[in-house]
This record gives sequence, C-alpha cells and structure tokens, in this order.
Amino acid sequence: MYGALWRILPGPWWLRLLIMLVLAAAAVYALFTWVFPWVDHILNPINVTVE
Amino acid sequence: MSVVGVFGELLVTAGVLILLFLGWQLWWNDAIMAGQQSQAASGQSSKWIEDERAARGDAPAPDPADYGDPIVDTTEYGNGEPLAVMYVPRFNTPGTVDSVRTVAQGYGLDVLNSFELGVGHYPETQMPGEVGNFAIAAHRSAYGGGMHEIEQLQLGDGIFIQTKDGWYTYRFRDFEYVTPDSVDVLAPVPHHPDLQPSDRLVTLTTCNPLYSTAERLIAYGVLESWQPLSAGPPAEIAADVARWEQ
Repeated sequence: MYGALWRILPGPWWLRLLIMLVLAAAAVYALFTWVFPWVDHILNPINVTVE
Repeated sequence: MSVVGVFGELLVTAGVLILLFLGWQLWWNDAIMAGQQSQAASGQSSKWIEDERAARGDAPAPDPADYGDPIVDTTEYGNGEPLAVMYVPRFNTPGTVDSVRTVAQGYGLDVLNSFELGVGHYPETQMPGEVGNFAIAAHRSAYGGGMHEIEQLQLGDGIFIQTKDGWYTYRFRDFEYVTPDSVDVLAPVPHHPDLQPSDRLVTLTTCNPLYSTAERLIAYGVLESWQPLSAGPPAEIAADVARWEQ
C-alpha cells in the first residue's frame, strides 16, 4: 500500500520523501480539524457528575 | 503485494489513527479548549466588574465593615446561562492566570464540553454565598480540564467565586472519593439530606482517577468571607484579576 504509493511518486528519493511528508501533514491536519471533532461528538464520552 | 501485507498495513494505520485521536483529545484539543475557556471567563469577569462600575458611577465603595451577609443571587438561570466565574490559583499553570472558568447553569455536555463555559452548576443545589451547598462539576482531563489539578489542593487554598454581585472566598477543606451515584455529596449538608444546613459550602465534583470515569473526586470548601464587587477583588487575588481584566 505505502510501498505502491512510493513507487508511483515521481522524482528522486528526497522529493518522494518530501511529498510523503506533506501528504502525512495534510492528513493529520484534516484529522485534527474535521474528523476527530466529529468522532468525539459521536463517542460522547466522559462523565464527571454525580447523578 | 500480498493481501496479508495490505491488511497488516491497514492495521498499523488504524493503530496510529487511534493514538493520534487520543493525543488530539487529551492534549491538543484540551489545550485549545483550556485557553478559550480561560479567555472567555476572563471576559465574563471583566464584564461584571465593568457593569458594576458603570452602575455605581461616582459613589464611593462601601466601608469594609458593613458588607453584612453575602448577597445571594435569586435569578432563575436557564440551562447554559453563565452565573459565576470560578478562580482557583492552585489550578494555574505557574506564572499564568489560566485557571479562570465560567460557571454556567446545568451540567450537560453543552456546558462541560463548551469552548466558552466548562464548569456546570447543579441546578438543584444552592447559589454562591447561600447557606447550604454550591455544587459544581468540570472535566478532570480533556475538554479544557477545569479541575485538572484538583488533587493538588491543600488545606486552606482559596476557591474564589465571582458573580455579578460580589466575590465569595471559599477555603478548601477536604477531599472525598466516591462512586458516581453518590448524589448525597450534593445535599445542603453533604451525606445528610435530612439535616438543616448552617454552613455555606462549595462542592467541586470531577472524575477520578485521572483519565478514568470509574469514580468521582469531591473537594469541599467553606465560605470564609464575601465582598461586593464595588469593594474590588479579594486582596489575595487582586494582582491576578488585574492581569485578566480587559
């Protein structure tokens, strides 16, 4: 999976590495900004009250 | 590439995603919410101070001798409406005043997980300064952790509550570790719903142990003094209030 991605990327190894890092950073940004807040809302965890 | 190989990479990816989510929830989002809640509470506190100043005009502040019994706010607050500001210097990150939190009516996730609020008042319990029990709840970890440092409280630590009327100085008295169904801690006389109260208490409830919800950690405080907003904040926190006042 990641090996295949590595092979289809163009350029020398350092350019591929740079593209991989940028893709990873974009993925983390999307997770932190949209996905995780949504998942958190669904899970609705943690209770701190007595009732 | 083999099917097993792809499956393995998917599993590793899932593991990394779960670790990322935990990091986001417990540190990243927690820090962002803590900053925003503290900022919003500082604004709420400043607004009440400013409103009081505007209403008083040029009249002099009252003589320290005659504050009398604490003013008890009798407003009927709706769910999510801010009714007080909580400040516990012991909860600060050293060198900052980042533990200011707005106390709103109700303890639903709309209050506890809010970017502006963070501390919820049990509506059936008493109000600040009232004889009985002013009981509030907040997160211990994640979502801004309004009571994250609760276990660091020491006997006599100040728990300062500001309302639109005044400053109420409570002193930390003791901890209690209870099960989540121990609603008795909210009684006007904790654990004795049948008794008539004579003390003015504050009760902080949060989850315990840290990062778990198995138990509740309760911290009790007793009212030491109160002063109207016109008298300014208690001397002990006057410098802190000046830092967050806008």
